[in-house]
Amino acid sequence: MTDATQSGPMLAADGTPLKKSLARSLRRRKLRALALIAPLLLFVLLSFVIPIVSMLFRSVENGIVAETLPLTVVELKNWDAESGELPDEALYAAFTKDMVVAIDEKTHTRLGSRLNYEQTGMSSMFRRSGRQIKKLDPETDGPFKDKLIDIHDGWGDIETWRTIKTHAVPITNGYFLNAIDMRRTPEGAQAQPEDKQILIKLFGRTLMMSLIITASCILLAYPVSYLLATLPMRVSNLLMILVLLPFWTSLLVRTSAWKVMLQQQGVINETLVWLGLVADDARLVIINNQFGTIIAMTHILLPFMILPMYSVMQTIPPSYTRAAKSMGATNWTTFWRIYFPQSIPGIGAGSILVFILAIGYYITPEIVGGTKGVFISNRIAYHISSSLNWGLAAALGTILLAVVLLLYWCYDKIVGIDNVKLG
Amino acid sequence: MSNDAAFVEFQRVQKSYDGEILVVKDLNLSLPKGEFLTMLGPSGSGKTTCLMMLAGFETATHGEIMLDGRPINNIPPHKRGIGMVFQNYALFPHMTVAENLSFPLEVRKIGKSEREEKVKRALDMVQMGAFGSRRPAQLSGGQQQRIALARALVFEPELVLMDEPLGALDKQLREHMQFEITRLAHELGITTVYVTHDQTEALTMSDRVAVFDDGRIQQLAPPDLLYEEPENSFVAQFIGENNTLEGVVKSIDGDSCVVTLDDGSEIDAKPVNVSAAGERTKVSIRPERVEFNKDRLHADAHTLKATVKEFIYMGDVFRFRLSVAGNDDFIIKTRNAPDAVRLSPGQEVEIGWLAHDCRALDA
Ligand SMILES: Nc1ncnc2c1ncn2[C@@H]1O[C@H](COP(=O)(O)OP(=O)(O)OP(=O)(O)O)[C@@H](O)[C@H]1O
Ligand SMILES: [Mg+2]
Repeated sequence: MTDATQSGPMLAADGTPLKKSLARSLRRRKLRALALIAPLLLFVLLSFVIPIVSMLFRSVENGIVAETLPLTVVELKNWDAESGELPDEALYAAFTKDMVVAIDEKTHTRLGSRLNYEQTGMSSMFRRSGRQIKKLDPETDGPFKDKLIDIHDGWGDIETWRTIKTHAVPITNGYFLNAIDMRRTPEGAQAQPEDKQILIKLFGRTLMMSLIITASCILLAYPVSYLLATLPMRVSNLLMILVLLPFWTSLLVRTSAWKVMLQQQGVINETLVWLGLVADDARLVIINNQFGTIIAMTHILLPFMILPMYSVMQTIPPSYTRAAKSMGATNWTTFWRIYFPQSIPGIGAGSILVFILAIGYYITPEIVGGTKGVFISNRIAYHISSSLNWGLAAALGTILLAVVLLLYWCYDKIVGIDNVKLG
Repeated sequence: MSNDAAFVEFQRVQKSYDGEILVVKDLNLSLPKGEFLTMLGPSGSGKTTCLMMLAGFETATHGEIMLDGRPINNIPPHKRGIGMVFQNYALFPHMTVAENLSFPLEVRKIGKSEREEKVKRALDMVQMGAFGSRRPAQLSGGQQQRIALARALVFEPELVLMDEPLGALDKQLREHMQFEITRLAHELGITTVYVTHDQTEALTMSDRVAVFDDGRIQQLAPPDLLYEEPENSFVAQFIGENNTLEGVVKSIDGDSCVVTLDDGSEIDAKPVNVSAAGERTKVSIRPERVEFNKDRLHADAHTLKATVKEFIYMGDVFRFRLSVAGNDDFIIKTRNAPDAVRLSPGQEVEIGWLAHDCRALDA
């Protein structure tokens, strides 16, 4: 290849090797293509990839203890949490030193809130002790053990130090353990007390209700899609507008409308009572529970089932059913053996869409779900905006993401993702 | 081949989709068992509609369709036992070839072993025995076509309907399949109604051809009669190549007449759709029946003056375009024989024909 005689590599018109000039022109084209999609790529990166990565990170990140109390953490290593004795003076001295710095930087209350997730009372303990520890001089005022216990008797409780020691690690599985109703203790992972075990149940309920919602969407959407795909153009267009109409009203309005419909003094109950089907003092409870959530969410997610189903059914030519009938199949056989199998990709696409939307739904369960009909996402929202336990929220979100991916994988194994068609 | 009782019969059938236009107007047709009938006609002439009525996917607006002596209008499609080959094959994409073929047998509740045997026989019949486990999408157009044919025949229907089944195939495959279909139909003694708008296909395959236009059968006849003795000018134009001259009947004498063309010259013709002198007529003459060798004509035959406009060499035949009596598209064909004359453009010739080759039809 080195000597460029006749037998050497092919040359382009300007004498450069053909391969090289081809590569150069291809590279230029690729760069231009890349430049064209760069804004979108950047957007996706900023709005999708980075938030997810940061969520994954937050669910295990736990630098706060070590950062706020660096000296204490070193001393805690020498203390045996199982010994049943309080730590020695060295640790209290280190702690006072750390706290004075932390109080100066006003980071001690944040640490208090963080530890409060693990043991209630910590937050107020840190806040209240702060003012008095501030007055101590770590160089001269020792010994600190008794002074601290005087300031707040929490400092004389072994549990306090055990909690701090347990959560001093910079990367923790504590949030994930919390997310599955367990907790991190010096003795390893343990189950939460009975009364605090709600999250696994909530996960189960979320999955179960999403499945029920998906199933009822399939049942309701199939005949509608079939009509949409088979009726003459003019009628089906009208029907399509009716299907899409809900999209044009705000989600909040639609959900609130269900509230009006379903509540005890609502349209449905009033009608039933008026018809005499239900006694006035035995009105149906169909809102602020799972039933209400299922009804409202089925209604709201229905278009996401209808549209993929419709677009698949539309591509099934009527000649297949005609052919089947001409060969002697009854209407039912024709439907079941010929039409239905060809509409399965639409069902698959719609189900994935509806299920994944449902499993992360928030607004509707919040409004019509009461306490029994809320989803895991409502819990996540609570931890993000009320309890401010972002680590737990991130762990819950990560688990939700993993569950969805797992189900997606199962679906791919069982049905095959190639069988999903959106049109 | 045929016993006289009609197997399929359309009696005064009319069809309208919208209540305003009759797509099929007064259709009368009867075909005996075992016949291969082709419906031929331009696009939109109502061929598919007729087939769909026969298969039961459309109902006749008026009239009666009889199958084997029973009115068919009230029998649901799946009970008619009619095999059908659709224009787009309509092979079920989610089933293999073998499953496609066994479907009509399954719905007839035929046992598994018998089913398998019949499927195998049907596949062998169309020489597709090795393809049973493939999906339709993995077959070429011609192979799909053959499977569709096998599927329509596998449950041994007495009547098979085919709607432009060869429309999508290339010329060579199409000719092969034409042969295959006629062979099978005759071997199995199936009554066939075949729809096409390819006239060569109609002529080569059929026992009889029904030429459709405007919702009516214009002529129903065996291919040779259709070509040689068209009954009206539509059929004459539609089937094969044809020359038309317009004029007025001057005199009729038994089965020959004299027509005065619009430029004043006179020619001999056979009266078909004219009954009296003075009527306007279109005379029709096939290109290969025109003579420019005077020796082969009657001594007293009328001849026309013609100017050669173009000569086209087509290998087996010579084709000339002439200007005759104001018609610049008058075509003559001669066989490329050793003694064939080659006329050259600009040359003046005299042409004529035997009176019975030239038909005076409706104007
Ligand atoms: N479902 C329908 N609704 C309304 N009009 C129709 C329908 N099907 C066919 N027609 C009309 O009926 C006429 C005959 O249609 P048909 O399909 O029978 O024609 P065809 O002879 O099969 O034509 P082609 O050779 O193009 O297939 C056409 O004018 C067509 O527009
Ligand atoms: Mg047609």
